[in-house]
Amino acid sequence: MSRSRKLLITDKLMRLLLVGAASTSVLVVCLIFLFLFREAGPFALNPGLGKLMDSQWIPVSFQEEHFGVGPLLSGSALVTALAMLVTVPISVLVSIYIAEIAHPTEREFLKPFIEILASIPSVVLGFFGLLVVAPLIKTIFGLSTGLTALTGALLLSLMAIPTIISLSEDALVSVPYALKNASLALGASHLQTIFRVTLPAALPGIVAAVMLGIGRVIGETMAVLMVTGNSAILTFSPLSSVRTMTATIAAEMGEVPFGSVHYQALFWIGIILLGITFFLNIVAQRVLKKYGMMK
Amino acid sequence: MVEQSLYPNYPKDLEMVITTNQVNFFYGPTQALFDISLLIPAKHVTALIGPSGCGKSTFLRCLNRMNDTIPHSRVEGEISINQKDIYAPGTDVVELRKEVGMVFQKSNPFPKSIFDNVAYGPRIHGEKNQKRLTEIVEQSLQQAAIWDEVKDRLQANAMGLSGGQQQRLCIARALAVGPKILLMDEPASALDPKSTTRIEDLIGELRTNYTIVIVTHNMQQAARVSDYTAFFYEGRLIECDATPKIFTNPRQKQTEDYITGRFG
Repeated sequence: MSRSRKLLITDKLMRLLLVGAASTSVLVVCLIFLFLFREAGPFALNPGLGKLMDSQWIPVSFQEEHFGVGPLLSGSALVTALAMLVTVPISVLVSIYIAEIAHPTEREFLKPFIEILASIPSVVLGFFGLLVVAPLIKTIFGLSTGLTALTGALLLSLMAIPTIISLSEDALVSVPYALKNASLALGASHLQTIFRVTLPAALPGIVAAVMLGIGRVIGETMAVLMVTGNSAILTFSPLSSVRTMTATIAAEMGEVPFGSVHYQALFWIGIILLGITFFLNIVAQRVLKKYGMMK
Repeated sequence: MVEQSLYPNYPKDLEMVITTNQVNFFYGPTQALFDISLLIPAKHVTALIGPSGCGKSTFLRCLNRMNDTIPHSRVEGEISINQKDIYAPGTDVVELRKEVGMVFQKSNPFPKSIFDNVAYGPRIHGEKNQKRLTEIVEQSLQQAAIWDEVKDRLQANAMGLSGGQQQRLCIARALAVGPKILLMDEPASALDPKSTTRIEDLIGELRTNYTIVIVTHNMQQAARVSDYTAFFYEGRLIECDATPKIFTNPRQKQTEDYITGRFG
């Protein structure tokens, strides 16, 4: 076989291999959707999707079982909203500091710490929550238990902050120097330039960062399972115990009889969760693409 | 202060607004300017010409201290505007830049409305009165000869304007702060010939009220728009004189070689 022919075949093989590797992710996403629906499917016929609208989640009972996802949705929403209230201001301010104000040596010092924070396993953060944050919340607010929505939200903030900081920082750094120079040349101070030119110009990127942060927080399981108290109540009080959708699946999946109605209901929660994060991701990508910030 | 012998072709009563004395400039260890001593007359156009990398833009950016933002840069010597040393400790850079406006090579409007672009300067300097802002915006746009093109769409995003319009908008934005001096860093180099002509005409109109210092690569442009021309080469000021003199009968051999196109 000639040398050039050999090269041609290797070339083709390599190409095939790479295309195969690249399409795996598409295939996996499709398969996940397929299997979720296959497992959850029968529930739609019996007892019917209306059961999911119930106001209570009591999957195991001697009387009537209730599969209302409302309390779980509200639990997830409450924890996520609280986490974002804490996360967004802190992350945006820190990213402004790192991108615009910090001295290069300070930046080199700060960034590794933020990256380490991003890489702490959520179970470990859960320990931290149980031992430090929960007792603190209990004493501060004089509660009977420190396992509340607020505790979960604080831990989730720790997880979301590094993600949002690095994405927001990217958005701020990619604002063209020409704009900052124009502002400075008009006699604007450094801070005026940041808040009136750089920040507005980077806003689409920051919005997308926050969306991705929300996606991460909603999908997080372990830490919230450990510190939010696990009671499926429909509530909007930050100091009450709640249970999120993710925690419900993680807590109940191990004990549920295979193929039962309860089992199928858990898969519906999974579908709802996947739908929410899917939607958030698409919106974030759209925002990034529209303003040309996709890399 | 000024040795008349060095500037034999300058009118005796010419008022000098910017004087620089033995200015050296360093980017880290690299020296970019060597002993620049130059006088810039009030209410005239002074062109800075020279091949790429000769230091003319660096010198221009020293005049409103825009080089301050470059890390590890350093200025030596004296630069005075209206007899005040602008590098003296305690100098208010904000006040300096209000006095000395700048137009950049590439037009850089903010991604905001046309109105907000022009009103940006007055607003950061504390102007809140909406009526006064509207007046300033209209007046500045008229001065920059772009009012008629944009008066019906002041709320439209400035990024939708053509390149030439954007550059005139940037000039309007600079004028809105009320400067006495306007620094222009190759303001027409990225524009088509027609837009270039409009900018040059505009410079001709502005020279009655403003002191203009313009960096240009284009020697015809320097000859057309300026009253005085300074020739820079390798970080040094080679020659400075009335523009017709530079282009017809320069004193230095290097100047002659450059303007006749032998290098650069």
